[in-house]
Amino acid sequence: MNAFTIESELLSGLRAGDENVCDQFVRENTRRMLSLAWRFLRNEDDAADAVQDAFLSAFRSLDRFEGASSPATWLHRIVINTCLMKLRSKSRRRTCSIHDLVPSFDDTGHHAEPVSRWSESAFDTLVSAENHDQVRECIDLLPEDYRTVLVLRDIEELDTDQTAAVLGINPGAVKTRLHRARQALRTLLDPFMSDGKEREIAPPK
Amino acid sequence: VTCQDIADFLGSYHDGTLSEAQRAVFEEHLGVCPDCIAYLHSYEMTIKLSKTAGAKAYHPQCANAPEDLIRAIIDARKRST
Repeated sequence: MNAFTIESELLSGLRAGDENVCDQFVRENTRRMLSLAWRFLRNEDDAADAVQDAFLSAFRSLDRFEGASSPATWLHRIVINTCLMKLRSKSRRRTCSIHDLVPSFDDTGHHAEPVSRWSESAFDTLVSAENHDQVRECIDLLPEDYRTVLVLRDIEELDTDQTAAVLGINPGAVKTRLHRARQALRTLLDPFMSDGKEREIAPPK
Repeated sequence: VTCQDIADFLGSYHDGTLSEAQRAVFEEHLGVCPDCIAYLHSYEMTIKLSKTAGAKAYHPQCANAPEDLIRAIIDARKRST
């Protein structure tokens, strides 16, 4: 049986409300969807709620699903949308202002502050598993609109158009927000990344 | 071209969406500006850091098959149909 047949059998089983097919669909996808929701919501209970809500809304709207993607991909989108709705309805934790985090420039267009040199050894330390929390805490400080785009593009690896569709904004706005989000995250990571020589004067230009 | 222009186009440079002419101007500036090289370097490290930290960013408990949640979803589906 090829993948296409398996997918369409899965879909017809889901639509018919076949108990074994539905249970199996939940069983096979819950863990991955929970990881996904956790990336957005950063709280175990909220992530579990979002996944349950997403599954139920998927089951309810099966008749509107056109089968253009696999049921798992479709569910993935519903989980993202559910998480985004939860984020919007919640008063979020404290975040930083984007304007304070993007680089500033003087009248001649040069960097207003010296640009620190990031060391490979600091990078190796931060990229190792035991320090992932430090990076995640910095990601959490990004303003919500920027964090969402960074998670969708750089972590979930949706492309620009897919991200624009999920968020209901235009692709140009996705590009701008992603760039600012990366710049802001760079600023937040900066204190961990220089090896003490960062205030060294750059050679004359 | 100023450092500010370079910073604005960094995302496009990284994503490979600059035209050949734009890229030549970009790289000419990089050739003479240590600050912009340092900034580009740190920008690319930032992307790598968010990818590695983010890709594994599930709660340790999410790594196990969450049997309670699976049961809850299956039961809720049955109640709602």
